[in-house]
Amino acid sequence: MAEKIQYYFQFPIVRYALIVVLLVALCSSLLGVTLVLKRFSFIGDGLSHVAFGAMAAATVTGVTNQMIIILPITVISAVLILRTGRNTKIRGDAAIAMISVGALAVGYMLINMFSKSANIAGDVCSTLFGSTSILTLKKEKVWLCIGLSAIVIFIFVLFYNKIFAVTFDENFSKATGIDADTYNLIIAITTALIIVLAMSLVGSLLISALIIFPSITAMRIFRSFKSVIICSAVISVICAGIGFFVSLLYGTPVGATIVTANIAVFFIFCIISSFSGTKK
Amino acid sequence: MSKQIICRNATLGYEDGIVTENLDFTVNSGDYLCILGENGSGKSTLIKALLGLRPQLSGEIKWCDGFKAKEIGYLPQQTPVQRDFPASVREIVLSGCLAKCGLRPFYNKAEKELAESTMKQLHIEELAGRCYRELSGGQQQRVLLARALCATRKMLLLDEPVTGLDPKAQSDLYELIAKLNRDGITIIMVSHDLNAALKYASHILHIGKKQLFFGTKENYLTSKTGMNFIETEGGE
Ligand SMILES: Nc1ncnc2c1ncn2[C@@H]1O[C@H](COP(=O)(O)OP(=O)(O)OP(=O)(O)O)[C@@H](O)[C@H]1O
Ligand SMILES: [Mg+2]
Repeated sequence: MAEKIQYYFQFPIVRYALIVVLLVALCSSLLGVTLVLKRFSFIGDGLSHVAFGAMAAATVTGVTNQMIIILPITVISAVLILRTGRNTKIRGDAAIAMISVGALAVGYMLINMFSKSANIAGDVCSTLFGSTSILTLKKEKVWLCIGLSAIVIFIFVLFYNKIFAVTFDENFSKATGIDADTYNLIIAITTALIIVLAMSLVGSLLISALIIFPSITAMRIFRSFKSVIICSAVISVICAGIGFFVSLLYGTPVGATIVTANIAVFFIFCIISSFSGTKK
Repeated sequence: MSKQIICRNATLGYEDGIVTENLDFTVNSGDYLCILGENGSGKSTLIKALLGLRPQLSGEIKWCDGFKAKEIGYLPQQTPVQRDFPASVREIVLSGCLAKCGLRPFYNKAEKELAESTMKQLHIEELAGRCYRELSGGQQQRVLLARALCATRKMLLLDEPVTGLDPKAQSDLYELIAKLNRDGITIIMVSHDLNAALKYASHILHIGKKQLFFGTKENYLTSKTGMNFIETEGGE
């Protein structure tokens, strides 16, 4: 097995793929805690569908660099979803369900109508569930991933304390003069970046899993915000590493393998926390 | 005694209607103002207006003498989201210093020391590493109070701080607040506890559909509103 891995690692493309997988896992775990605690999980879910629609639109227009279309559409939708989600007059969750399922349907229709590809089902499947083989990554995409992750990590570190305060108690933050709305916006936009980043890897249906699972797992055992964040980052990176090698060796789809690893760790943590005393 | 807040003929409410109107009162530095009223009379709404979270429908709420809305410490009625939040006591108390940071991304040494000394002042320093959601209700209130004190040393707004505490913890918390008031911090407190209001407050604001009473505690005891309320509530 070690030889097989060594053999694979001769190819730069495999090394690139590993870098991308680890970076995506790290970034997606960072904001998970905030999204879960603010009951914002739905934003991740809604956005991933929007990103699918955007990807379909980009495929149809035939531009070479699809990110030019996907990135702005997803970021704008993040802002819109945040607005509607807070508007008490419209049923926020219904509005988001409409946007996200709508984007899914229109996206699928567009692909079917205009795609020149012979393997439409395959295309759709890989946008939904991630590439079956990560080894098709192009070099530009690797650089894009590195760039986006750098931005995400930078924003997160820079605003870490603000994100904590706004997540813990928005009203108190506002009362003491913190511009909570701006930070909510930053959270939503960063989420959009993460989703665009993760889409090519795990596909739009599995992104939420990558965002939510590590933080929920970490919250089973850890009790402070910082330790939960660090733990979920570690879990996410380790699971991604495991998923990567398993899929390399056995040819399983990488996104689904990583998510499965996350689920396994979640259950392990559940068991540990139920054994470690009376703590809930 | 300098004026800190002047509220003139303010009307409060939401999109679907007015909650309370004709609010007229002033808060001087060093006051202990207790806000009384039935459930739904608009006490929390008034607190939100004072904090600038939800502007009044009409009228005026003015902060005086360079005293800014930002210099108010706030102890909210608890929200359910907080209950399962993984956060240590130290992290929460520190977050009170955040407004002092401005654009600086991290806390500096002075802010960390302020958090530590505030925890000592409220006798929660042994809890610093503990998880907030595993504390008792009284301990949680102290933590939130410490956070508020990190944000300001001028004025505290407390929305029903003793809800859910046992009588001992209630009186402890009241004594703590009274001590802070003696140290010169202005207190504005929403309370259902008439006895405590009469014991500690210097001023009373009683609201219903409109303002029913504002004045000193002594005047309240002899006013019609006050006497009616004391009779129905069975206070001393
Ligand atoms: N976000 C909101 N939107 C619309 N109406 C609201 C909102 N919050 C409160 N209200 C209404 O405003 C009125 C006053 O509510 P408020 O929370 O200020 O009462 P309160 O005096 O604090 O009551 P309690 O003693 O129960 O805390 C209530 O009739 C309530 O239904
Ligand atoms: Mg209230």
